[in-house]
Amino acid sequence: MKLRRWILGLFLLAGVFTLATELQPRALGWIGEKDTDQLVQVMLGDSRQILADHLFVEADIYFHSGYYPSVFDRSYAPTNSQHLIRDDHRSPAPDRDPIAESADNHDQAEHEKAMSFLAPPLDWIERFGRRFAITSHTHLAHGHEREILPWLRLSADLDPQRVETYTTAAYWLRRDLGKAREAEQFLREGLAANPSSYEILLELGRLYDENYHDSLRARNNWRAALKRWMETEPAKPKPDVLPLGQIAVRLARIEEREGRCDQAIALLNLVISHQATPNPEALREQIRVLQKRLPEGSQGK
Amino acid sequence: MNSVFCLAGIVIKELYRRKDFYVLFVLTAIITLLLGSVNFFHEDKIVRYVKDICLLLIWLSSLVIAVVTTARQIPTERESRTIFPLLAKPVTRGQLVGGKFLGCWLACGIALLVFYLFFAVVVGAKEGRLPLSQYFQVIWMQWWMLAIVIAMVLLGSVLFSAPSANATICFAAILAILILGGHLHRLAAVQPSPLGQALSVLYFLIPHLEWFYAVRERLIFDSALLGWGDCLLAAAYAAAYVGLLLVATWTVFRRKILTV
Repeated sequence: MKLRRWILGLFLLAGVFTLATELQPRALGWIGEKDTDQLVQVMLGDSRQILADHLFVEADIYFHSGYYPSVFDRSYAPTNSQHLIRDDHRSPAPDRDPIAESADNHDQAEHEKAMSFLAPPLDWIERFGRRFAITSHTHLAHGHEREILPWLRLSADLDPQRVETYTTAAYWLRRDLGKAREAEQFLREGLAANPSSYEILLELGRLYDENYHDSLRARNNWRAALKRWMETEPAKPKPDVLPLGQIAVRLARIEEREGRCDQAIALLNLVISHQATPNPEALREQIRVLQKRLPEGSQGK
Repeated sequence: MNSVFCLAGIVIKELYRRKDFYVLFVLTAIITLLLGSVNFFHEDKIVRYVKDICLLLIWLSSLVIAVVTTARQIPTERESRTIFPLLAKPVTRGQLVGGKFLGCWLACGIALLVFYLFFAVVVGAKEGRLPLSQYFQVIWMQWWMLAIVIAMVLLGSVLFSAPSANATICFAAILAILILGGHLHRLAAVQPSPLGQALSVLYFLIPHLEWFYAVRERLIFDSALLGWGDCLLAAAYAAAYVGLLLVATWTVFRRKILTV
Protein backbone atom coordinates (compact mmCIF):
# COMPACT_ATOMS: atom_id res chain seq x y z
CA MET A 1 0.00 0.00 0.00
CA LYS A 2 2.80 2.35 1.03
CA LEU A 3 4.77 1.46 -2.09
CA ARG A 4 1.77 2.20 -4.27
CA ARG A 5 1.49 5.68 -2.69
CA TRP A 6 5.17 6.33 -3.34
CA ILE A 7 4.84 5.24 -6.97
CA LEU A 8 1.77 7.47 -7.38
CA GLY A 9 3.65 10.38 -5.81
CA LEU A 10 6.63 9.88 -8.09
CA PHE A 11 4.35 9.56 -11.10
CA LEU A 12 2.63 12.85 -10.22
CA LEU A 13 5.99 14.54 -9.63
CA ALA A 14 7.20 13.40 -13.06
CA GLY A 15 3.95 14.64 -14.59
CA VAL A 16 4.28 18.05 -12.94
CA PHE A 17 7.92 18.34 -14.06
CA THR A 18 7.03 17.44 -17.66
CA LEU A 19 4.15 19.90 -17.67
CA ALA A 20 6.39 22.62 -16.24
CA THR A 21 8.96 22.19 -19.02
CA GLU A 22 6.14 22.58 -21.53
CA LEU A 23 4.46 25.54 -19.86
CA GLN A 24 7.51 27.52 -18.76
CA PRO A 25 8.41 28.97 -22.19
CA ARG A 26 4.77 29.91 -22.75
CA ALA A 27 4.54 31.53 -19.31
CA LEU A 28 7.53 33.71 -20.18
CA GLY A 29 5.50 34.98 -23.10
CA TRP A 30 2.47 35.66 -20.88
CA ILE A 31 4.42 37.87 -18.55
CA GLY A 32 6.47 39.51 -21.30
CA GLU A 33 7.33 43.18 -21.15
CA LYS A 34 4.62 44.22 -23.58
CA ASP A 35 1.93 42.44 -21.61
CA THR A 36 3.16 43.95 -18.38
CA ASP A 37 3.05 47.37 -20.05
CA GLN A 38 -0.48 46.72 -21.24
CA LEU A 39 -1.51 45.56 -17.79
CA VAL A 40 -0.10 48.72 -16.20
CA GLN A 41 -1.81 50.79 -18.89
CA VAL A 42 -5.16 49.14 -18.25
CA MET A 43 -4.80 49.47 -14.49
CA LEU A 44 -3.57 53.06 -14.38
CA GLY A 45 -4.86 54.55 -17.64
CA ASP A 46 -3.96 58.21 -18.13
CA SER A 47 -3.01 58.52 -14.48
CA ARG A 48 0.30 56.95 -15.55
CA GLN A 49 1.34 60.34 -16.89
CA ILE A 50 0.39 62.08 -13.64
CA LEU A 51 2.36 59.50 -11.70
CA ALA A 52 5.30 59.85 -14.09
CA ASP A 53 5.23 63.63 -13.60
CA HIS A 54 5.16 63.13 -9.86
CA LEU A 55 8.16 60.82 -10.01
CA PHE A 56 10.04 63.33 -12.16
CA VAL A 57 9.30 65.99 -9.52
CA GLU A 58 10.59 63.52 -6.91
CA ALA A 59 13.85 63.34 -8.87
CA ASP A 60 13.95 67.15 -8.79
CA ILE A 61 13.36 67.12 -5.02
CA TYR A 62 16.27 64.70 -4.63
CA PHE A 63 18.40 66.90 -6.87
CA HIS A 64 17.73 69.77 -4.46
CA SER A 65 18.39 67.51 -1.44
CA GLY A 66 14.89 68.02 -0.13
CA TYR A 67 14.75 71.81 -0.49
CA TYR A 68 11.64 72.16 -2.61
CA PRO A 69 8.37 74.12 -2.56
CA SER A 70 5.51 72.30 -0.84
CA VAL A 71 2.09 71.88 -2.47
CA PHE A 72 1.19 75.28 -1.01
CA ASP A 73 4.12 76.99 -2.74
CA ARG A 74 3.91 75.10 -6.02
CA SER A 75 3.73 78.35 -7.96
CA TYR A 76 7.43 78.62 -7.09
CA ALA A 77 8.24 75.12 -8.35
CA PRO A 78 10.61 74.99 -11.33
CA THR A 79 8.69 75.20 -14.59
CA ASN A 80 11.30 73.39 -16.67
CA SER A 81 13.97 70.81 -16.04
CA GLN A 82 16.94 72.75 -17.44
CA HIS A 83 18.42 73.21 -13.95
CA LEU A 84 18.51 69.42 -13.64
CA ILE A 85 21.11 69.18 -16.38
CA ARG A 86 23.26 72.05 -15.38
CA ASP A 87 26.54 71.46 -13.64
CA ASP A 88 27.12 74.13 -10.99
CA HIS A 89 30.24 72.55 -9.62
CA ARG A 90 32.49 72.48 -12.63
CA SER A 91 34.18 75.14 -14.63
CA PRO A 92 32.73 75.23 -18.13
CA ALA A 93 34.46 73.11 -20.72
CA PRO A 94 36.77 75.15 -22.99
CA ASP A 95 34.92 74.09 -26.13
CA ARG A 96 31.46 74.65 -24.69
CA ASP A 97 29.13 76.31 -27.15
CA PRO A 98 28.16 79.90 -26.29
CA ILE A 99 24.47 79.24 -26.83
CA ALA A 100 24.24 76.60 -24.12
CA GLU A 101 26.40 78.73 -21.86
CA SER A 102 24.37 81.94 -22.07
CA ALA A 103 21.09 79.99 -21.86
CA ASP A 104 22.46 78.29 -18.76
CA ASN A 105 23.39 81.58 -17.13
CA HIS A 106 19.93 82.98 -17.81
CA ASP A 107 18.22 79.81 -16.57
CA GLN A 108 20.39 79.76 -13.46
CA ALA A 109 19.37 83.28 -12.49
CA GLU A 110 15.71 82.43 -13.11
CA HIS A 111 16.03 79.21 -11.14
CA GLU A 112 17.69 80.92 -8.17
CA LYS A 113 14.89 83.46 -8.15
CA ALA A 114 12.20 80.79 -8.36
CA MET A 115 13.70 78.70 -5.60
CA SER A 116 13.82 81.50 -3.06
CA PHE A 117 10.28 80.60 -2.07
CA LEU A 118 10.77 80.78 1.69
CA ALA A 119 9.17 84.00 2.87
CA PRO A 120 10.38 85.47 6.19
CA PRO A 121 8.80 83.59 9.12
CA LEU A 122 5.60 85.14 10.45
CA ASP A 123 5.84 83.91 14.04
CA TRP A 124 7.98 81.94 16.50
CA ILE A 125 6.41 78.62 15.51
CA GLU A 126 7.47 79.03 11.88
CA ARG A 127 10.88 80.41 12.90
CA PHE A 128 11.58 77.50 15.24
CA GLY A 129 10.14 74.95 12.79
CA ARG A 130 12.63 76.03 10.12
CA ARG A 131 15.49 74.80 12.30
CA PHE A 132 14.37 71.26 11.55
CA ALA A 133 13.61 71.64 7.86
CA ILE A 134 16.07 71.83 4.96
CA THR A 135 16.27 75.51 4.08
CA SER A 136 19.28 75.93 1.82
CA HIS A 137 19.21 75.71 -1.94
CA THR A 138 21.84 73.23 -3.10
CA HIS A 139 22.21 70.84 -6.00
CA LEU A 140 23.61 67.32 -5.82
CA ALA A 141 27.25 67.06 -6.82
CA HIS A 142 30.33 64.81 -6.78
CA GLY A 143 28.57 61.70 -8.07
CA HIS A 144 25.59 62.01 -5.71
CA GLU A 145 23.52 62.86 -8.79
CA ARG A 146 23.04 59.09 -9.08
CA GLU A 147 20.38 59.37 -6.36
CA ILE A 148 17.89 60.85 -8.84
CA LEU A 149 18.20 57.90 -11.22
CA PRO A 150 15.65 55.50 -9.64
CA TRP A 151 12.88 58.11 -9.93
CA LEU A 152 13.79 58.86 -13.54
CA ARG A 153 13.83 55.15 -14.41
CA LEU A 154 10.38 54.67 -12.84
CA SER A 155 9.08 57.83 -14.49
CA ALA A 156 10.21 56.56 -17.91
CA ASP A 157 8.59 53.18 -17.24
CA LEU A 158 5.27 54.85 -16.47
CA ASP A 159 5.35 57.41 -19.26
CA PRO A 160 7.72 56.41 -22.08
CA GLN A 161 6.69 59.51 -24.04
CA ARG A 162 8.25 61.89 -21.52
CA VAL A 163 11.41 62.89 -23.42
CA GLU A 164 13.18 64.93 -20.75
CA THR A 165 13.30 61.89 -18.45
CA TYR A 166 15.65 60.16 -20.91
CA THR A 167 17.81 63.20 -21.62
CA THR A 168 18.19 64.11 -17.93
CA ALA A 169 19.10 60.57 -16.83
CA ALA A 170 21.49 60.13 -19.77
CA TYR A 171 23.18 63.46 -19.05
CA TRP A 172 24.18 62.43 -15.53
CA LEU A 173 24.94 58.85 -16.44
CA ARG A 174 27.44 59.85 -19.12
CA ARG A 175 28.83 63.02 -17.52
CA ASP A 176 29.58 62.21 -13.90
CA LEU A 177 28.86 58.57 -13.32
CA GLY A 178 30.96 57.11 -16.14
CA LYS A 179 28.10 55.01 -17.45
CA ALA A 180 28.08 55.90 -21.13
CA ARG A 181 26.84 52.44 -22.15
CA GLU A 182 23.86 52.65 -19.80
CA ALA A 183 23.16 56.19 -21.00
CA GLU A 184 23.23 55.07 -24.62
CA GLN A 185 20.93 52.15 -23.88
CA PHE A 186 18.47 54.39 -22.06
CA LEU A 187 18.52 56.96 -24.85
CA ARG A 188 17.95 54.24 -27.46
CA GLU A 189 15.00 53.05 -25.40
CA GLY A 190 13.69 56.61 -25.37
CA LEU A 191 14.24 57.00 -29.08
CA ALA A 192 12.29 53.80 -29.76
CA ALA A 193 9.36 55.25 -27.80
CA ASN A 194 9.77 58.76 -29.29
CA PRO A 195 11.13 58.39 -32.82
CA SER A 196 10.59 62.06 -33.66
CA SER A 197 12.45 63.45 -30.65
CA TYR A 198 15.29 65.77 -31.66
CA GLU A 199 16.20 66.22 -27.96
CA ILE A 200 17.12 62.54 -27.59
CA LEU A 201 19.10 62.60 -30.85
CA LEU A 202 20.92 65.73 -29.65
CA GLU A 203 21.84 63.96 -26.39
CA LEU A 204 22.90 60.82 -28.31
CA GLY A 205 25.15 62.97 -30.47
CA ARG A 206 26.70 64.52 -27.37
CA LEU A 207 27.33 61.07 -25.97
CA TYR A 208 29.11 59.91 -29.14
CA ASP A 209 31.09 63.14 -29.35
CA GLU A 210 32.09 63.66 -25.71
CA ASN A 211 32.26 60.11 -24.40
CA TYR A 212 33.14 57.92 -27.37
CA HIS A 213 34.90 60.68 -29.39
CA ASP A 214 33.15 59.28 -32.44
CA SER A 215 32.59 62.36 -34.63
CA LEU A 216 31.00 60.41 -37.44
CA ARG A 217 28.16 58.99 -35.35
CA ALA A 218 27.80 62.25 -33.46
CA ARG A 219 27.39 64.09 -36.76
CA ASN A 220 24.85 61.55 -38.02
CA ASN A 221 22.77 61.90 -34.88
CA TRP A 222 22.89 65.69 -34.93
CA ARG A 223 21.96 65.74 -38.60
CA ALA A 224 19.00 63.51 -37.82
CA ALA A 225 18.15 65.81 -34.88
CA LEU A 226 18.29 68.87 -37.13
CA LYS A 227 16.03 67.13 -39.65
CA ARG A 228 13.49 66.24 -36.95
CA TRP A 229 13.59 69.77 -35.59
CA MET A 230 12.89 71.14 -39.07
CA GLU A 231 9.99 68.68 -39.49
CA THR A 232 8.27 69.54 -36.24
CA GLU A 233 9.17 72.92 -34.75
CA PRO A 234 8.91 75.59 -37.51
CA ALA A 235 5.18 74.86 -37.92
CA LYS A 236 4.53 75.64 -34.26
CA PRO A 237 3.43 79.16 -33.26
CA LYS A 238 6.30 79.38 -30.74
CA PRO A 239 9.09 77.04 -31.86
CA ASP A 240 11.65 75.88 -29.28
CA VAL A 241 14.75 77.44 -30.84
CA LEU A 242 17.28 76.65 -28.09
CA PRO A 243 17.82 73.03 -29.20
CA LEU A 244 18.21 74.22 -32.80
CA GLY A 245 21.07 76.46 -31.72
CA GLN A 246 22.69 73.65 -29.74
CA ILE A 247 22.39 71.15 -32.59
CA ALA A 248 23.53 73.49 -35.34
CA VAL A 249 26.50 74.97 -33.45
CA ARG A 250 27.78 71.51 -32.53
CA LEU A 251 27.30 70.29 -36.06
CA ALA A 252 29.06 73.38 -37.41
CA ARG A 253 32.01 72.67 -35.14
CA ILE A 254 32.37 69.16 -36.58
CA GLU A 255 32.04 70.45 -40.14
CA GLU A 256 34.70 73.07 -39.43
CA ARG A 257 36.99 70.43 -37.92
CA GLU A 258 36.67 68.33 -41.05
CA GLY A 259 37.33 71.25 -43.35
CA ARG A 260 33.80 71.80 -44.67
CA CYS A 261 33.72 75.48 -43.81
CA ASP A 262 30.89 76.27 -46.24
CA GLN A 263 28.56 73.86 -44.43
CA ALA A 264 29.64 75.22 -41.08
CA ILE A 265 28.79 78.76 -42.25
CA ALA A 266 25.38 77.60 -43.51
CA LEU A 267 24.62 76.04 -40.14
CA LEU A 268 25.64 79.14 -38.20
CA ASN A 269 23.54 81.28 -40.53
CA LEU A 270 20.62 78.97 -39.80
CA VAL A 271 21.02 79.65 -36.08
CA ILE A 272 21.13 83.42 -36.65
CA SER A 273 18.15 83.41 -39.01
CA HIS A 274 16.01 81.50 -36.47
CA GLN A 275 17.17 83.79 -33.64
CA ALA A 276 18.32 80.68 -31.82
CA THR A 277 21.16 82.43 -30.04
CA PRO A 278 21.16 85.19 -27.45
CA ASN A 279 24.55 86.33 -28.80
CA PRO A 280 24.37 86.48 -32.64
CA GLU A 281 27.38 88.79 -32.86
CA ALA A 282 29.71 86.01 -31.62
CA LEU A 283 28.41 83.71 -34.35
CA ARG A 284 28.78 86.42 -37.02
CA GLU A 285 32.39 86.83 -35.95
CA GLN A 286 32.84 83.06 -36.22
CA ILE A 287 31.33 83.16 -39.72
CA ARG A 288 33.78 85.91 -40.75
CA VAL A 289 36.69 83.73 -39.52
CA LEU A 290 35.35 80.74 -41.43
CA GLN A 291 34.83 82.76 -44.60
CA LYS A 292 38.51 83.68 -44.59
CA ARG A 293 39.33 79.97 -44.66
CA LEU A 294 37.14 79.32 -47.71
CA PRO A 295 38.83 78.80 -51.10
CA GLU A 296 39.30 82.08 -53.12
CA GLY A 297 36.37 81.67 -55.55
CA SER A 298 33.69 80.73 -53.01
CA GLN A 299 34.25 83.47 -50.39
CA GLY A 300 31.50 85.74 -51.62
CA LYS A 301 28.82 83.02 -51.55
CA MET B 1 5.09 55.78 41.12
CA ASN B 2 5.63 52.04 41.49
CA SER B 3 2.10 51.30 40.29
CA VAL B 4 2.70 53.51 37.23
CA PHE B 5 5.76 51.42 36.30
CA CYS B 6 3.84 48.16 36.99
CA LEU B 7 1.06 49.28 34.64
CA ALA B 8 3.65 50.34 32.04
CA GLY B 9 5.28 46.90 32.26
CA ILE B 10 1.95 45.22 31.51
CA VAL B 11 1.47 47.39 28.42
CA ILE B 12 4.98 46.53 27.17
CA LYS B 13 4.29 42.81 27.67
CA GLU B 14 1.08 43.26 25.69
CA LEU B 15 3.03 44.73 22.77
CA TYR B 16 5.31 41.74 22.42
CA ARG B 17 2.48 39.26 22.89
CA ARG B 18 0.39 40.76 20.13
CA LYS B 19 1.21 40.27 16.46
CA ASP B 20 0.88 43.92 15.29
CA PHE B 21 4.54 44.78 15.73
CA TYR B 22 5.83 41.58 14.12
CA VAL B 23 3.58 41.94 11.08
CA LEU B 24 4.56 45.57 10.55
CA PHE B 25 8.25 44.84 11.07
CA VAL B 26 8.25 41.92 8.63
CA LEU B 27 6.36 44.00 6.04
CA THR B 28 8.82 46.89 6.42
CA ALA B 29 11.77 44.51 6.16
CA ILE B 30 10.45 42.70 3.09
CA ILE B 31 9.56 45.88 1.19
CA THR B 32 12.87 47.53 2.07
CA LEU B 33 14.95 44.51 1.12
CA LEU B 34 13.07 44.04 -2.14
CA LEU B 35 13.54 47.69 -3.08
CA GLY B 36 17.14 47.63 -1.97
CA SER B 37 17.86 44.73 -4.28
CA VAL B 38 16.59 46.55 -7.40
CA ASN B 39 19.39 47.56 -9.73
CA PHE B 40 19.16 50.91 -11.53
CA PHE B 41 21.62 51.40 -14.40
CA HIS B 42 24.14 49.01 -12.74
CA GLU B 43 24.78 51.66 -10.08
CA ASP B 44 25.28 49.99 -6.69
CA LYS B 45 25.73 53.11 -4.58
CA ILE B 46 22.20 54.48 -4.96
CA VAL B 47 20.80 54.46 -1.45
CA ARG B 48 18.59 57.47 -0.74
CA TYR B 49 15.42 55.99 -2.20
CA VAL B 50 15.87 52.96 0.07
CA LYS B 51 16.34 55.28 3.07
CA ASP B 52 13.32 57.30 2.02
CA ILE B 53 10.97 54.36 1.66
CA CYS B 54 12.28 52.49 4.70
CA LEU B 55 11.90 55.60 6.89
CA LEU B 56 8.40 56.21 5.53
CA LEU B 57 7.45 52.63 6.44
CA ILE B 58 9.03 53.04 9.89
CA TRP B 59 7.03 56.23 10.47
CA LEU B 60 3.80 54.62 9.30
CA SER B 61 4.40 51.47 11.34
CA SER B 62 5.29 53.36 14.51
CA LEU B 63 2.22 55.56 14.13
CA VAL B 64 0.01 52.50 13.64
CA ILE B 65 1.56 50.79 16.67
CA ALA B 66 1.21 53.92 18.82
CA VAL B 67 -2.38 54.70 17.82
CA VAL B 68 -3.75 51.15 17.79
CA THR B 69 -2.02 50.08 21.02
CA THR B 70 -3.08 53.21 22.91
CA ALA B 71 -6.63 53.38 21.56
CA ARG B 72 -7.58 50.02 23.06
CA GLN B 73 -5.95 50.40 26.49
CA ILE B 74 -8.72 51.98 28.59
CA PRO B 75 -11.76 50.73 26.57
CA THR B 76 -10.52 47.11 26.78
CA GLU B 77 -10.01 47.40 30.53
CA ARG B 78 -13.56 48.74 30.82
CA GLU B 79 -15.12 46.16 28.53
CA SER B 80 -13.46 43.21 30.25
CA ARG B 81 -14.17 44.86 33.63
CA THR B 82 -10.54 44.36 34.70
CA ILE B 83 -10.47 48.08 35.44
CA PHE B 84 -12.39 47.53 38.71
CA PRO B 85 -9.88 45.18 40.41
CA LEU B 86 -7.13 47.43 39.02
CA LEU B 87 -8.59 50.55 40.63
CA ALA B 88 -9.24 48.60 43.85
CA LYS B 89 -5.49 47.75 44.22
CA PRO B 90 -5.46 50.75 45.04
CA VAL B 91 -4.39 52.48 41.85
CA THR B 92 -5.72 55.99 41.34
CA ARG B 93 -7.21 57.03 38.03
CA GLY B 94 -4.32 59.43 37.54
CA GLN B 95 -1.81 56.60 38.00
CA LEU B 96 -3.77 54.46 35.56
CA VAL B 97 -3.60 57.19 32.91
CA GLY B 98 0.10 57.77 33.64
CA GLY B 99 0.89 54.04 33.58
CA LYS B 100 -0.92 53.48 30.32
CA PHE B 101 0.84 56.46 28.74
CA LEU B 102 4.28 55.42 29.97
CA GLY B 103 3.73 51.82 28.87
CA CYS B 104 2.65 52.79 25.38
CA TRP B 105 5.48 55.31 25.04
CA LEU B 106 8.16 52.88 26.20
CA ALA B 107 6.70 50.13 24.01
CA CYS B 108 6.90 52.48 21.01
CA GLY B 109 10.46 53.34 21.98
CA ILE B 110 11.43 49.65 21.98
CA ALA B 111 9.70 49.16 18.62
CA LEU B 112 11.55 52.20 17.24
CA LEU B 113 14.90 50.82 18.37
CA VAL B 114 14.24 47.53 16.57
CA PHE B 115 13.10 49.34 13.41
CA TYR B 116 16.12 51.66 13.38
CA LEU B 117 18.50 48.79 14.07
CA PHE B 118 17.22 47.17 10.90
CA PHE B 119 17.44 50.50 9.06
CA ALA B 120 21.02 51.04 10.21
CA VAL B 121 22.05 47.54 9.10
CA VAL B 122 20.48 47.85 5.63
CA VAL B 123 21.57 51.43 4.95
CA GLY B 124 24.97 50.96 6.58
CA ALA B 125 25.63 47.95 4.34
CA LYS B 126 24.82 50.01 1.25
CA GLU B 127 26.38 53.32 2.32
CA GLY B 128 29.34 51.94 4.21
CA ARG B 129 28.96 54.37 7.12
CA LEU B 130 26.97 54.69 10.31
CA PRO B 131 26.11 58.29 11.34
CA LEU B 132 25.10 57.40 14.91
CA SER B 133 24.49 60.99 16.05
CA GLN B 134 22.04 61.54 13.20
CA TYR B 135 20.26 58.27 13.97
CA PHE B 136 20.04 59.25 17.62
CA GLN B 137 18.50 62.62 16.75
CA VAL B 138 15.94 61.05 14.41
CA ILE B 139 14.93 58.41 16.97
CA TRP B 140 14.80 61.04 19.72
CA MET B 141 12.56 63.37 17.71
CA GLN B 142 10.30 60.58 16.50
CA TRP B 143 9.94 59.18 20.00
CA TRP B 144 8.88 62.58 21.36
CA MET B 145 6.44 63.02 18.49
CA LEU B 146 4.97 59.63 19.37
CA ALA B 147 4.61 60.84 22.98
CA ILE B 148 2.26 63.60 21.76
CA VAL B 149 0.38 61.11 19.56
CA ILE B 150 -0.03 58.64 22.44
CA ALA B 151 -1.26 61.35 24.82
CA MET B 152 -3.68 62.53 22.12
CA VAL B 153 -5.05 59.02 21.56
CA LEU B 154 -5.32 58.43 25.29
CA LEU B 155 -7.49 61.54 25.56
CA GLY B 156 -9.52 60.25 22.60
CA SER B 157 -10.01 56.90 24.33
CA VAL B 158 -11.87 58.57 27.22
CA LEU B 159 -13.82 60.89 24.92
CA PHE B 160 -14.96 58.61 22.09
CA SER B 161 -17.16 55.57 22.48
CA ALA B 162 -15.18 53.01 20.47
CA PRO B 163 -11.43 52.42 19.92
CA SER B 164 -11.99 52.24 16.14
CA ALA B 165 -13.60 55.70 16.05
CA ASN B 166 -10.83 57.08 18.24
CA ALA B 167 -8.09 55.56 16.04
CA THR B 168 -9.67 56.87 12.84
CA ILE B 169 -10.16 60.39 14.18
CA CYS B 170 -6.62 60.47 15.58
CA PHE B 171 -5.10 59.24 12.30
CA ALA B 172 -7.03 61.92 10.39
CA ALA B 173 -5.92 64.61 12.86
CA ILE B 174 -2.26 63.52 12.72
CA LEU B 175 -2.30 63.44 8.92
CA ALA B 176 -3.94 66.86 8.78
CA ILE B 177 -1.34 68.33 11.15
CA LEU B 178 1.53 66.79 9.19
CA ILE B 179 0.23 68.14 5.87
CA LEU B 180 -1.39 71.43 6.87
CA GLY B 181 0.07 72.26 10.27
CA GLY B 182 2.89 74.45 9.03
CA HIS B 183 0.75 76.34 6.53
CA LEU B 184 -2.36 77.18 8.55
CA HIS B 185 -1.24 80.69 9.47
CA ARG B 186 -0.53 81.55 5.82
CA LEU B 187 -3.91 80.14 4.82
CA ALA B 188 -5.47 82.16 7.65
CA ALA B 189 -3.92 85.36 6.30
CA VAL B 190 -5.88 85.10 3.03
CA GLN B 191 -9.22 84.04 4.53
CA PRO B 192 -12.05 86.41 5.51
CA SER B 193 -12.35 87.44 9.18
CA PRO B 194 -14.05 84.69 11.24
CA LEU B 195 -12.53 81.79 9.30
CA GLY B 196 -9.10 83.40 9.22
CA GLN B 197 -9.15 83.98 12.98
CA ALA B 198 -10.33 80.42 13.61
CA LEU B 199 -7.48 79.06 11.50
CA SER B 200 -5.00 81.27 13.35
CA VAL B 201 -6.24 80.01 16.72
CA LEU B 202 -5.99 76.45 15.45
CA TYR B 203 -2.46 77.09 14.22
CA PHE B 204 -1.28 78.20 17.66
CA LEU B 205 -3.28 75.46 19.41
CA ILE B 206 -2.17 72.32 17.60
CA PRO B 207 1.06 70.47 18.35
CA HIS B 208 3.34 71.00 15.36
CA LEU B 209 4.19 67.41 14.55
CA GLU B 210 5.60 68.44 11.17
CA TRP B 211 8.78 69.70 12.89
CA PHE B 212 9.52 66.20 14.06
CA TYR B 213 8.70 64.67 10.68
CA ALA B 214 11.06 67.11 8.92
CA VAL B 215 14.01 65.48 10.69
CA ARG B 216 13.37 62.36 8.64
CA GLU B 217 14.25 64.32 5.49
CA ARG B 218 17.48 65.51 7.04
CA LEU B 219 18.54 61.89 7.48
CA ILE B 220 17.56 60.95 3.92
CA PHE B 221 19.48 63.83 2.36
CA ASP B 222 22.46 63.64 4.73
CA SER B 223 21.93 67.20 5.98
CA ALA B 224 23.99 68.61 8.82
CA LEU B 225 23.21 67.58 12.40
CA LEU B 226 20.52 69.51 14.23
CA GLY B 227 21.58 71.66 17.12
CA TRP B 228 21.37 69.62 20.33
CA GLY B 229 19.72 72.60 21.99
CA ASP B 230 17.00 72.55 19.33
CA CYS B 231 16.43 68.83 19.97
CA LEU B 232 16.02 69.53 23.69
CA LEU B 233 13.70 72.46 23.02
CA ALA B 234 11.58 70.31 20.70
CA ALA B 235 11.44 67.63 23.44
CA ALA B 236 10.37 70.28 25.97
CA TYR B 237 7.69 71.48 23.53
CA ALA B 238 6.46 67.88 23.14
CA ALA B 239 6.58 67.32 26.92
CA ALA B 240 4.43 70.42 27.48
CA TYR B 241 1.76 69.08 25.09
CA VAL B 242 1.96 65.62 26.65
CA GLY B 243 1.44 67.18 30.09
CA LEU B 244 -1.56 69.18 28.89
CA LEU B 245 -3.16 66.23 27.13
CA LEU B 246 -2.60 63.88 30.09
CA VAL B 247 -4.11 66.36 32.51
CA ALA B 248 -7.10 66.71 30.16
CA THR B 249 -7.39 62.90 29.98
CA TRP B 250 -7.25 62.58 33.74
CA THR B 251 -9.84 65.36 34.18
CA VAL B 252 -12.30 63.61 31.88
CA PHE B 253 -11.46 60.13 33.15
CA ARG B 254 -11.85 60.85 36.87
CA ARG B 255 -15.48 61.90 36.36
CA LYS B 256 -16.22 59.05 33.95
CA ILE B 257 -18.69 56.35 34.90
CA LEU B 258 -16.82 53.14 34.23
CA THR B 259 -19.67 50.68 33.79
CA VAL B 260 -20.27 49.97 30.07
